[in-house]
Amino acid sequence: MYSLSVLCALLALTPLALILYHTLSLGFSALNWDFFTKLPKPVGEPGGGMANAIVGTLILVGLGSLLGLPVGVFAGIYLSEMGRGKFATVLRFLTDVLNGIPSIVTGVVAYTLVVLPMKHFSAYAGGAALGILMIPTITRTTEEMMKTVPRAYREAALALGISQWKTTLRIVLRTALGGIVTGIMLALARAAGETAPLLFTSLNNRFWHTSLGQPIASLTVFIYNYGVSPFDDWIAQAWAGALVLMFLILLLSIAVRIATRSVHYER
Amino acid sequence: MELQLHENTVTGSKQKLHTHNFGDVVFKNLLRFFAFLILALVILMAYEMYATSRLSIDKFGWHFFVTSIWDPVQKNFGALPFIYGTLVSSFIALLIALPLSLGIAIFLSEIAPPFVEKPVSFLVELLAGIPSIVYGIWGFFVMVPWLRKSIEPGLSKYFGTLPLFQGAPYGVGMLAAGIILSIMILPIITSISRDVLKAVPRSQKEAALALGSTRWEATRIALSYARSGIIGATILGLGRALGETMAVTMVIGNRPTISASLLAPSYTMASVLANEFTEATSDMYISALIEIALALFIITIIVNTFARLLVWAATKNSESFERL
Repeated sequence: MYSLSVLCALLALTPLALILYHTLSLGFSALNWDFFTKLPKPVGEPGGGMANAIVGTLILVGLGSLLGLPVGVFAGIYLSEMGRGKFATVLRFLTDVLNGIPSIVTGVVAYTLVVLPMKHFSAYAGGAALGILMIPTITRTTEEMMKTVPRAYREAALALGISQWKTTLRIVLRTALGGIVTGIMLALARAAGETAPLLFTSLNNRFWHTSLGQPIASLTVFIYNYGVSPFDDWIAQAWAGALVLMFLILLLSIAVRIATRSVHYER
Repeated sequence: MELQLHENTVTGSKQKLHTHNFGDVVFKNLLRFFAFLILALVILMAYEMYATSRLSIDKFGWHFFVTSIWDPVQKNFGALPFIYGTLVSSFIALLIALPLSLGIAIFLSEIAPPFVEKPVSFLVELLAGIPSIVYGIWGFFVMVPWLRKSIEPGLSKYFGTLPLFQGAPYGVGMLAAGIILSIMILPIITSISRDVLKAVPRSQKEAALALGSTRWEATRIALSYARSGIIGATILGLGRALGETMAVTMVIGNRPTISASLLAPSYTMASVLANEFTEATSDMYISALIEIALALFIITIIVNTFARLLVWAATKNSESFERL
């Protein structure tokens, strides 16, 4: 019976190994310097890259964090420092609800909220969708991390006559910062890997965007469009895109490790 | 008199504390504002989808969910094939992922020494970190051809008399969607089940062992003890599967038909949104698609609420036991 459960573990890790293997081998063979520096070429012309899509993904995640960061962090602080009573329970439940909403539904909402009034697809709409998706992760980790800070820290600061808000921001938040940054990076990495909410918000763009009010390219939408295309050249580039995307997410998580470590030393 | 005086001083000092620092008042209200923003956001999401799908809700009513005509030209819409595809593909995913996840959870919580448990846990969680679109192209270019060449011909040869495995082996279809979904929801079911199993009090297992049961029997007792938490984890996995978009869109074949065969192409609520939203030209078409999104929104909220309550009850019970 126990060997059966070991077998389960092996069986589950097989697709992981296969996905990593195929992405690495197929991605690397299509990856070159042009991929990072050139615009996509029209159909039939070989070569070209996804420079605009890489930049586009970073811009979309940046725009998203303009919305997701303040709401997530401050709502998290609210839950940990003032979060008693019915409203806090409702709020915790709502963040869980928000976390469970399919990302494509968030995309539809961003479409009705931003694209319909503006009457065209734009980077703002994509950023709004990603921002909404970031909120629950950031809120919950901020709350959890703030709660790990011992009460004594707060009491000591208040006893010294430091006002409540300074205590919260300068002492509690700073102590918990390492963990909070980890949560934020996790949320950013997840947002960078999202495709569905961008399909009909930021759409796609084969050129450099000139303003954020326009459609903008993103790695994930490019991988999708190229992946389902009938051209071998584009399919190869889709794999390269997948590799770059995974690498970007890996970089973000390494940044997390470094950020949290340096904060620990500071302490 | 004395009492009144006392109360006065108390309330007086309280008022003083509250108005003591202007910064505190501003800060607290700022926090409240952002907290309310989340509440407002969820309400706004529901309202926006309701408002923009009114056209379709008013025209089709409940028929929308039980008819299977999807005709953008005649502007006649019914979402049944998509609902069917979403439910069946998620069900297949659970059927595959649940036993596997339980096996791994037992391995991680009961058998594996810490130096094995940590890396295996990490690898399983790594599965959760892979973007949906990467599952999509892997499924499309690696898994689907494998199913078409190696698995589905065998299924239709040996089990072809069953309605489940009739029809041509396309590769893409319900089975492919179920398999890719099962890989994607495996991490969440595994990690919650592992935590729930670990929360089973040691005394339960030790008592079983002391009464002479084998390790496997003790594990079964732990499993029954953790049942509601595991059910919660499964439903949470179901919630993920219902809303999963990109990977499913790339492997399910995208054909709005209801077929008993697992080999036949199908369509889900999420993938019809992904495929047709930008192409929708008429207001009624868009409205019908948004109604599908609204239905998906409501279904996932119900499913997730149910799951959270179960997981919450399970971990709460175990905590109170530990305290005893």
